Amino acid sequence: MEKETVLKVSSLDVFYKNRKRKLFSKQSKKIQALFDVSFEVQEGEVLAIAGESGCGKSTLARAIVGINKDYEGVIWQKYGDPQMVFQDPYNSLNPAKKVGWLLEEPLKVDKKRKWTKEERQQRVKEIMEEIELPLNMLERYPSQLSGGQRQRVCIGIALMRNPKLLIADEPVSALDVTIQAQIMELLRNLHKKLGISIIFISHDLRVVYQISDHVMVMKNGRIVEYGATKDVYRNPQAEYTKQLLKAAGITR
Amino acid sequence: MKKISFKKIIKDPYLAIGILIMGLVLLMIIVGFFWTPYDPTKMSASEKLQGISLRHIMGTDNMGRDVFSRVMYGSRVTLLIAMGTIIIGAGLGTIIGAVTGYYGGVIDEVAMRIIDALFAFPSILLALVIVSVFGVGWMQLVVSLGIAFVPSFARIVRGEVLRCKDMDYIQNARLQGVGSLRMIFVHILPNIKGVLASSILIGFNNAVLAEAGLSYLGVGSQPPYASLGRMLSDAQQYMFTRPSYVMCPGIVIVLMVLGFAFLGEGIKRWE
Repeated sequence: MEKETVLKVSSLDVFYKNRKRKLFSKQSKKIQALFDVSFEVQEGEVLAIAGESGCGKSTLARAIVGINKDYEGVIWQKYGDPQMVFQDPYNSLNPAKKVGWLLEEPLKVDKKRKWTKEERQQRVKEIMEEIELPLNMLERYPSQLSGGQRQRVCIGIALMRNPKLLIADEPVSALDVTIQAQIMELLRNLHKKLGISIIFISHDLRVVYQISDHVMVMKNGRIVEYGATKDVYRNPQAEYTKQLLKAAGITR
Repeated sequence: MKKISFKKIIKDPYLAIGILIMGLVLLMIIVGFFWTPYDPTKMSASEKLQGISLRHIMGTDNMGRDVFSRVMYGSRVTLLIAMGTIIIGAGLGTIIGAVTGYYGGVIDEVAMRIIDALFAFPSILLALVIVSVFGVGWMQLVVSLGIAFVPSFARIVRGEVLRCKDMDYIQNARLQGVGSLRMIFVHILPNIKGVLASSILIGFNNAVLAEAGLSYLGVGSQPPYASLGRMLSDAQQYMFTRPSYVMCPGIVIVLMVLGFAFLGEGIKRWE
């Protein structure tokens, strides 16, 4: 089966402006967070990005979805409108809105087409089925949900407009282990069912192994290793990857 | 978000007392719309400065007008002026604060410096300046007090918007393509409604006091029509000969302010 490329990133440099400069100092320093990052994502593939905190994983995600526009290089996407699941499910749902409203919102602001009220509600029901939550939760506020349920809602919101590319930025790091397994299971099922490409960001190599086809290991804003998951885990090339595997207790 | 239930309201003493006091005051005002014991402007030379009696439960004033009728009428005027003030002040203040807080940058700097300048003015002085330019009357009073109340609301709302706008859920919404205006008014403002509600009630308080103060200075509603501040100012000459005349409107002002303060505190604790 011929696979097509859905995302192609070439020689990407991402910068951070020192945004708080008004308060403390007048000079505006630019901090470079990513150096010459290039990779491709195939249709229906799960690419995992692994690395320690602060290595630029989230920066990369934010550049791809367009939250951080301050970059040089090329980000080419076949479909556009990628969606993202954030790390902390306690902060990524608007506490003043009910779950049903939150799920409908991506359709209300959809620029590609107008959704009627019936269509929206129909779609919300479909999604609730896919994220395996009962329909009576539509009337709840996020504060009345558990962490795992919230993360399901976040995934649901991201999937509302049928994106072809989903970026999951440490989606399970804030959850405890049993819930982690459930959410991973959900992501795997959705991936199989919908055939979307997923960029899965995590610092936990054990979690990465469960889901990914390819792994990209990053350190200090650079890619240090890229390859098929099994190859990388069996035969890591970079010293840093070996360290990470050792820390995760995977290599003997 | 908690459900509003009677039991919970009763459990919170602030909310319960606030609702009780405001209920009494509002009842008096609403009844005053349809019925007052006497015509609040009808003078009677034979019944000047009477004390508290069954005929006049708050006595009469220096022109023989029934004080209770005037209090009923005057607290309505005071409350309406305070409401107008808050609508202008909170409305403009919220819009200015939300927009400047959300966009930041140059707009924020410029608007906040203007707000700072307004803040530096005592609100009574500002109102006096506006009244002296546009003349005396309750419309001018509402507008001038409203403008004087803008800065504090703008400040509060701006701070809250700044706190909210970097939250993940706002970034998430931005990612879905939510436009700026929708973001401010649909996504951010509902999150600060608790803070806004309690500061509106505290503002109400200040507005009642400011109205009373300005009417006392003679720039509010004009005789023969009453407002609570106006009545205080008329009554002060007779403070010693007929204390009930000055005390009755004073007590109603105190009740109003207390009621709003308790309600505001109750709502703050409710959140």
